[in-house]
Amino acid sequence: MNFIASKQPENRLLGPESDTQRTLYPYVTGTSVVALKYKDGILMAADMGGSYGSTLRYKSVERMKPIGKHSLLGASGEISDFQEILRYLDELILYDNMWDDGNSLGPKEVHNYLTRVMYNRRNKFNPLWNSLVLGGVKNGQTYLGMVNMIGVNFEDNHVATGFGNHLARPILRQEWHENLSFEDGVKLLEKCMRVLLYRDRSAVNKLQIAKITEEGVTISQPYSLKTYWEFSAFENPAQGAIGSW
Amino acid sequence: MSSIGTGYDLSVTTFSPDGRVFQIEYAAKAVDNSGTVIGIKCKDGIVMGVEKLIASKMMLTGSNRRIHSVHRHSGMAVAGLAADGRQIVARAKSEATNYESVYGEPIPVKELAERIASYVHLCTLYWWLRPFGCGVILGGYDRDGPQLYMVEPSGISYRYFGAAMGKGKQAAKTEIEKLKLSEMTCRDGVIEVAKIIYKVHDEAKDKAFELEMSWVCDESKQQHQKVPDDLLEEAKVAARAALEEMDAD
Repeated sequence: MNFIASKQPENRLLGPESDTQRTLYPYVTGTSVVALKYKDGILMAADMGGSYGSTLRYKSVERMKPIGKHSLLGASGEISDFQEILRYLDELILYDNMWDDGNSLGPKEVHNYLTRVMYNRRNKFNPLWNSLVLGGVKNGQTYLGMVNMIGVNFEDNHVATGFGNHLARPILRQEWHENLSFEDGVKLLEKCMRVLLYRDRSAVNKLQIAKITEEGVTISQPYSLKTYWEFSAFENPAQGAIGSW
Repeated sequence: MSSIGTGYDLSVTTFSPDGRVFQIEYAAKAVDNSGTVIGIKCKDGIVMGVEKLIASKMMLTGSNRRIHSVHRHSGMAVAGLAADGRQIVARAKSEATNYESVYGEPIPVKELAERIASYVHLCTLYWWLRPFGCGVILGGYDRDGPQLYMVEPSGISYRYFGAAMGKGKQAAKTEIEKLKLSEMTCRDGVIEVAKIIYKVHDEAKDKAFELEMSWVCDESKQQHQKVPDDLLEEAKVAARAALEEMDAD
């Protein structure tokens, strides 16, 4: 993705925008978020790492937040853009609450709002550098959707961002089925997160699992996954290696 | 109190020889003609109530809200010209969200009252603007506890523990003064406000009315919201009973 770093406005229609800059590259990023629908709602998992390039700089970043009464938002990508999105949503939910008319924004509505925001920013060449997962339950309907920085959005029974797309989704395609119990859902998510922990270099072994049901949102305390490094192939990885090139 | 301000009442930028600005006083009359609005500060929160005079039987109950939330922790009850009131509420909402985005905390109620009063006063300074024909009672709960302010069309704002505007304001004020507010919880406050509104409602002059109430208190987790339906019903029943008791005497 090439964003031209010049300060001159590209087309004359924009006018003097030479004082403003556009997002060129992300600085502090979060890695994958994985989520799936289960019997009572949505389960979502994300680790608590904020990477500064290749350094795992921040290890207690909460990348999943409840939105209003019915939704849960998980984000990967630039953390500061995620915080900005949370501010937009906070105002959205506040104004929705102030109507005090017995209605409230559901996950589908919030997902649509986010899609509009992300797509419009992308069209101005100033994206919010995130991949967002939005899940929730309202009036018995479970909803799970995803939208990313270029505005691509869809809903599905299980979604993942970043590396999760490549490592977690194949597992979910094999093993997800309708009406997973809570325990099975968590086990499945942990399986995905474990693979990501082994293989994604920006993953940290400190994760949270969030669940949202009709009753509300619960985000677990951070915990670690058990890992196994005693595979014989790892004990002496260089043995049998044939020279160098 | 009415005096003809011949010649001195044509513009809000004109003082009369005895130092009054008549346009502002006329604006206050618009507030006096509307249904009664009451606010009280109880020991754990604020309760506000409005006597919504029903103009037509076709109106849906629950519509034409007179009490609006301005932020999570505060709300406003409007008396007077409803359209003017909408403008004040919009401005208050915008001030509140702006404060929060700059300072990171919910706007203190005192600050909000000052900003609204400033805005209302602004419209009394220029000849091309007319004063707002409405007054507001602002109730909120912040770090300093529950607070109640009233802003009049002149731009004056004071902090109160009991305030009333509209047709029955004199009678309502007398009733409020009888209450022991510092010992009352909001639950009881709701019942009392309902009783007062039913009492000051003039059956002869105005036919039907709808009671609208809101509160912000510890029980509502310091959020401004409509009084829950069951409590509202309880209040209405108690108020009607109290009226009948009075009539029976």
